[in-house]
Amino acid sequence: MPELLQFLVSGLTIGAVYALVALGFTLIHNASDVVNFAQGEFVMLGGMVTVFATAAGIPLPLAALLAIAVAVLVGLALHRLAIEPARGASAVTLIIITIGASIFLRGVAQIVFDKRFHQLPGFSGNDPIMVLGAAILPQSFWVLGGALIVFCGLFLFLERTLMGKAVLATAANRLAARLVGVDTSFVLALSFGLSAAIGALAGILITPITLTSFDVGTLLALKGFAAAMLGGMGSPLGAVVGGLVLGLLEALGAGYVSSAYKDAVAFLVILAVLFSMPQGLFGHRSVERV
Amino acid sequence: MNARWATLLILAAVIAVIPWFFPSGYYFRVAALVWVTALGAVGLQVLMGQAGQVSLGHAGFVGIGAYAMALGPKYLGLPVLACLPLGAVLAGLIAFLVGRPILRLKGHYLAVATLGFGILVALVLVSEIAITGGPDGIRIPRPEIFGWRPRGGEAWYWINGAALLIGVWLALNIQHSPSGRALAALHDSEVAARTIGIDVARHKLRAFVIAAVYGAVAGGLMAMMNGFVTPDAAGFLQSVEYVTMVVIGGLASVPGAVVGAAALVLLPQALTVFHEYEHAVLGLLIMLFMIFLRVGIVPGLATLLRRRPA
Repeated sequence: MPELLQFLVSGLTIGAVYALVALGFTLIHNASDVVNFAQGEFVMLGGMVTVFATAAGIPLPLAALLAIAVAVLVGLALHRLAIEPARGASAVTLIIITIGASIFLRGVAQIVFDKRFHQLPGFSGNDPIMVLGAAILPQSFWVLGGALIVFCGLFLFLERTLMGKAVLATAANRLAARLVGVDTSFVLALSFGLSAAIGALAGILITPITLTSFDVGTLLALKGFAAAMLGGMGSPLGAVVGGLVLGLLEALGAGYVSSAYKDAVAFLVILAVLFSMPQGLFGHRSVERV
Repeated sequence: MNARWATLLILAAVIAVIPWFFPSGYYFRVAALVWVTALGAVGLQVLMGQAGQVSLGHAGFVGIGAYAMALGPKYLGLPVLACLPLGAVLAGLIAFLVGRPILRLKGHYLAVATLGFGILVALVLVSEIAITGGPDGIRIPRPEIFGWRPRGGEAWYWINGAALLIGVWLALNIQHSPSGRALAALHDSEVAARTIGIDVARHKLRAFVIAAVYGAVAGGLMAMMNGFVTPDAAGFLQSVEYVTMVVIGGLASVPGAVVGAAALVLLPQALTVFHEYEHAVLGLLIMLFMIFLRVGIVPGLATLLRRRPA
């Protein structure tokens, strides 16, 4: 029983990070139909900038804010300089552009920072808390709490504010949104900035547990993409559920089956889900128009 | 003379002529790598360019072909060369089995499913250390063709060049066959293709199997050339590179896949001078190409040339 609890907590912790990355995917996808494979690089920037800023003597909260600001700037630049000029290109072309962007950002990060692994101290120390026989890192609570705040904040923003409704309207039908006076290009920029901020926050929160380096982004982007697909692309709720389910599956797979195949468990389940529900867990059936 | 033969003739001429300009044996190796990579990319072009189905797991099949060259001789006692068709058949069979459910998916869902497949293959290769040698890779015995043992870059340059020529010829034939027209039709609209009586599922599956066989043959040749293979050959980044090659060269064009492969193999070689900046420059170039030459290098150049005389 303590074993199961241990796996559940570590699964939820990493799952929360996948959920945040998947949320970033979903936000950008909804506003622009772009699947942004550079999403993982925002997570990397969040972790790396915080590490180097604290090393330079800046207090942690300020360093974290700085990291988020850097990621948002990069996100806006990505939109303005790479996505906007390629408007109207095919989906595959756009995917390649974002993959190019992620290779570029990784390359720049390895020049600006370095190629080593870095760690941050846990925000509330590194002594595990014993809960029902399971040892839980205090940082896990930071990750889960941070993710929960983002989920709730995003929900309130989308459902309760005019700007949020404009984002939803753009996601539902871009042309119709523009017709009723929504500034869709602003919504687009906002989506990139927002998902960069969310990604960076995920990177800052998880770094004390998993370490960071210039190339952590690739695998996180893959898992986040898979989580978004699992939930059904386009649904923020689906992204959160998909991320958490993916994290739990991985932790349980690593615990009970084989740690070498923990990634395999996740992807096998995704294949199984997609085979039985080709639109993901929360996706809508689409009808092709000829 | 039609465009198909012109393409083949140009490719054959390029393969025959450029060795004259090679200052050292190293260039043979790099060019041999270009040809064999291009062979894998041409297979993906049939699936992506002709049938319009994205695959982020193409390197999985390349890996299957490459590891067949190592595991066949080791466990089945087969001569290395016999493992090349064996790997191709195996990859085709696996593609046939996983293809049917995977190809029901569309767009991003198809992308993530093929991605999952590729990652699973790479994971098995990394984790089954007792069989595959794990992350350190495994050695391939030297092949022997009727008593001749190909050695060094030059021998492999000609072998891979010939293989690529055959591969391009077959791909062009597929494109212009009834089957290729069916692929083009379902690429445009699956519903419309179905209404004119095309068995969409069967044609997609066929393209998937063809791509897998190309990938496996390319992987097998590459493994024999290097005498060694690691799980990286089947990795996600490798799959992304294949997709990038096809798209950069020009999705709709078979020779485009060759040009794209050349670009992606040669660029890192040229950029080693900048060592530190290699990734940054590579990423930047990929972005610039895709933003400003959206249709790809070969169709883009073709349009430019056609416009000139007018």
